[in-house]
Amino acid sequence: MVTMTELHKYGTRKFIMPGTAACPGCPLQVGMRQLAMALDGKFVMVIPAGCSSIIPGTAPYTAYTVPVLHVPFASSPAVASGIVRAVRQRGNEGPVVVWAGDGATADIGFATLSGAAYRNEDILYIMADNEAYMNTGIQASGTTPWMAWTTTSPRGKTEDKKDVALIMLMHKVPYVATASIAYPMDFIDKVRRAMQVKGFRFIHLHAPCPPGWKMDDAYTIRAARLAVETGAWILWEYNQGKLTISPPSIPFKDRARRKPLEEYLKIQGRFAHLKPEDIKLMEEKIDRQWDLILKLAEIYK
Amino acid sequence: MSVAEKLKGLLLSTPAAGAGGRTGTWRVYRPVVNYSKCTKCGLCWLYCPENVIDWLEDKNVRINYDYCKGCGICADVCPVKAIDMVREGVV
Amino acid sequence: MTGQISLAKQVKKVLVGDHAVAEAVKLARVNVISAYPITPQTLIVERISEMIERGELKADYIRVESEFAALATVYGAAAGGARAFTATSSHGLFYMYEMLWWAAASRVPLVMAVVTRALGPPWNIHDEHTDLLAIRDSGWIIGMAQNVQEAFDMTLTAFKISEDEKVLLPVAIGLDGFILSHTAEPLDIPSQEDVGSWLPPRNPRIPYTIEPGGEPITMGNLPKNDVYHALLKKYMDESMENAKKVIAEVYDEYGKLTGRNYGPLTECYRCSDAKYIAVSMGAWSGDIMGAIERLRDEGYPVGLLRIRYLRPFPEEDITAWINGAKGVIVFDRDYSAGLGGVLASEISGFIPSNVSFEGVLAGLGGFDVSPDEFRGIIKEFIDKTEREGPIKIRKYWYIPKVEG
Repeated sequence: MVTMTELHKYGTRKFIMPGTAACPGCPLQVGMRQLAMALDGKFVMVIPAGCSSIIPGTAPYTAYTVPVLHVPFASSPAVASGIVRAVRQRGNEGPVVVWAGDGATADIGFATLSGAAYRNEDILYIMADNEAYMNTGIQASGTTPWMAWTTTSPRGKTEDKKDVALIMLMHKVPYVATASIAYPMDFIDKVRRAMQVKGFRFIHLHAPCPPGWKMDDAYTIRAARLAVETGAWILWEYNQGKLTISPPSIPFKDRARRKPLEEYLKIQGRFAHLKPEDIKLMEEKIDRQWDLILKLAEIYK
Repeated sequence: MSVAEKLKGLLLSTPAAGAGGRTGTWRVYRPVVNYSKCTKCGLCWLYCPENVIDWLEDKNVRINYDYCKGCGICADVCPVKAIDMVREGVV
Repeated sequence: MTGQISLAKQVKKVLVGDHAVAEAVKLARVNVISAYPITPQTLIVERISEMIERGELKADYIRVESEFAALATVYGAAAGGARAFTATSSHGLFYMYEMLWWAAASRVPLVMAVVTRALGPPWNIHDEHTDLLAIRDSGWIIGMAQNVQEAFDMTLTAFKISEDEKVLLPVAIGLDGFILSHTAEPLDIPSQEDVGSWLPPRNPRIPYTIEPGGEPITMGNLPKNDVYHALLKKYMDESMENAKKVIAEVYDEYGKLTGRNYGPLTECYRCSDAKYIAVSMGAWSGDIMGAIERLRDEGYPVGLLRIRYLRPFPEEDITAWINGAKGVIVFDRDYSAGLGGVLASEISGFIPSNVSFEGVLAGLGGFDVSPDEFRGIIKEFIDKTEREGPIKIRKYWYIPKVEG
């Protein structure tokens, strides 16, 4: 279990060089820093089109300090499959990580994701989910929550959030987990546990985006925390046959202990138009999701 | 120059600070640490998106204002409210 | 270049074109192959799978979920430092269109066989060159074989050309669907040992490798100035020009290795005393040569310029061969909508105004054109020119009558 004491050794280490093109308060930055700490800065990244293509700044320089291959939108799992085969042949066992957004993963890259997962490619796939196509200016993606405002769903998205993590679970891969940037210890532990496993490992990382969610720049972590505390985001982990609810989410199994959903919704302008009946419906969806995950935890005991 | 060398700096990039510019100039509010309140927990360092906070050996924190964008996350996560967001230009 | 090359031990086999390509992939000791089926390419990936199962080739064989993934995976493998190969046709090629451009501009070496096939609708699995030619702007070096031996030879040399540090561009080798891919012809195959000394394993350092623990380079983030992008295109152009020399060097060496000497960019059959030049690419060039023979017997001073590599565009070869000709007739087994034949349009700019020119569109959708039909078309062109002086027919649609 990682501790702050252990992480202190990275106190002055710049896994991402400062001075990036990221928006102030960017959750992807927070998440990637945590990922780098978990891997001690020794990995390669395959990054499909998205915010993370732009964040590192312009050539001849980049803010990323590990080898990175920027790739077309739909291709990252396939490209990573090729890289890992090539480097494993040379006896290099180092981590090949895909750092992809929700659009790249749940939508345009869905086929390549499925292909890499079903082949059980030895890669770590992090879907950094800011819940829309943010890099192009906030358009709805497959993981945009129901009723969220985006430029292509101005009255609120009519489709539900695509549950990519469960889809990955059904691909029978050895490791699937959800994580949140507000729970760095949990995320870092999960990355490290994932690295103990060979094969396709998928982590769905919740990454609240201030401009995209119409939120104060400073509320990135607050929103991520409220998502877990209201039960809207469930932290769970599936590791080689066992599915468990992660410690930060355990208290919220109990409906009564979840913070009122309004607390999470009211700091986000993208939900400002919600009526009480919408919020009620949302709570019901959250209940059903908890039901499903808890039942899966029973099945995968 | 070989093809491989010609690609350097054009197709291939190397790590450097400020690759996105001198982002300190973006700031409207600057985080100011009240060192008497600071408990040196390191949470501000942990959550800073821009990696501009150093959590030093003695666990003090130091902010690099060349690149700090003033997002305010450090102030928001600080458990003892030891960081104030002060409007730039205010003395 | 490698040191002294001596004639290899060769074995004669009878193989269909697809299997010959697979044989070349095996001898090149490719590290990573991605496989997705599409007629008429499927035999290539099936044969490679058998070879790996039998232990004849040690490689990672990735059963991908689409052609887009097929190219993306071998591209990743190449960026990871491996020697990689895949094969496709028509619709599959177009499905990987985005990746084609990305792969070329990433400057990693790659080889891909394109078994040419018509595009639908309507569905058609027969031969047409339009698919291969549709990628001519992408930065891929493009070659096309005339027979099974050449399909083998071009695939094998492709690795050497692509990985050359003066080139570093991916190579597509075209072979006619069914006409070559599924037609058995005899060919000579050099031994693994001899190929191995001529074609060493890929050097992962050239031009770069993305590997854990490796140099912290990033490939592809935005340029600070758009001019960088223009510069990169100029460098790609320079590499394409270099490729002309490299292709010649590689075939020179390959000639010493196998005793087979090629063009290298083009070959001209009976052109030295030709007044009229026919131009073509691919398998039907053999049929056109048959037509040339008959026309020669009838006293027509005609030759055939066969294009082996369309990219880099063999400008010098073409202008040299057509210099002094009275007429040039180009055969396109492809069609660029609204323009006409691709080869014709690429060559027409080099035809002086006082030289007769005709662009023939034939064989589209895979219909056969016999040597006699070629003879008729060429004869008509020459006769007309002799009668009326230089003619300019940009699009001559040759479409035979269909019986009931």
